[in-house]
Amino acid sequence: MSIETDTFGILLIIAVMALVTLVTRVGGVFLMSFVTINPRVEGFINAMASSVLIAILTPMAFDGDWGARVALGTTAALMLAFRKPLPAITAGILAAAGTRYLI
Amino acid sequence: MPTSSYSYQLQPGILRSEFLRLLPISLFVVAFGVAFGLAAVQKGLAPLEATLMSMVVFAGASQFATIDMWGADVALLPVMAVVFAINSRHLLMGASLYPMLRDLSPGRRYGILLVLTDANWAVAAQDYQNGRRNLEVILGGGFALWVAWLIGTLVGVYFGGLMEEPKSLGLDMVLGCFLLSMALGGRRTPRVLVAWLVSGAASMAAYWWLPPHTHVVVGALAGGVVGFLWLERRPV
Repeated sequence: MSIETDTFGILLIIAVMALVTLVTRVGGVFLMSFVTINPRVEGFINAMASSVLIAILTPMAFDGDWGARVALGTTAALMLAFRKPLPAITAGILAAAGTRYLI
Repeated sequence: MPTSSYSYQLQPGILRSEFLRLLPISLFVVAFGVAFGLAAVQKGLAPLEATLMSMVVFAGASQFATIDMWGADVALLPVMAVVFAINSRHLLMGASLYPMLRDLSPGRRYGILLVLTDANWAVAAQDYQNGRRNLEVILGGGFALWVAWLIGTLVGVYFGGLMEEPKSLGLDMVLGCFLLSMALGGRRTPRVLVAWLVSGAASMAAYWWLPPHTHVVVGALAGGVVGFLWLERRPV
């Protein structure tokens, strides 16, 4: 089904996008209300929580340019050394900018 | 309506401090918003249409992907599929907060999810790993991020041409570095590290061989299976 991008069509597309996104925001919580939380379920969601981040970041590092890799490497090193997020993030961004300037 | 039967009450003072806590990252979100606003008007959206999209969708990656599919006509089902695939990580993120959210009254529980997004969720998840129950960051921090996304989009649709190439400034790596610092700031046990290895491998496999935009959910679920199989006594 194709929607013509006149004003009404665009508003319809935006409304559909908003609805689909809303379903993803509330859907997981809604489904969980039917699940009994036992230690295994808790183990699953706790491991899943930080795995979401790793699953986002791994392709970013593998498929990204050197700027992306150096940025993530810098942030990781500083985070492991000092456990201070803001300096680690700032250094990562600067490292990306610096790498791209040099390469 | 015995709201007292729900043990989690959102504290106004903490809401304010979590709003302030996410203001620095929100400044970078403004830059993303500018990039989105610029891309949207270049594809032919009117400024107010692009702003409305940011206001009610509030999910940057899926908005960029939709803009990429833009033309004189837009095929609705593919847009729905892409938006759902990219945003399906919200399903898992919401589910991971359920042990806290169930102690919140249903109205608030679903209400604060309207502004659930990567950055505020990552903070809440990290705090939870470190033993602190913090749903205030979802609402307070989420509001900061939402306002930033909106301001950025507005600036982008009207003045986006003035911005330098964001990539050369490293701005495309803000969210990546932020999420990485959140992951590394949480508890790291052997079990967590194995879950990460499995998650990273599954994510890459899905990235290469499965349909686009499925890698986050595949990787996260694979990591979750490790937690399901490998139980650990939690120091409470």
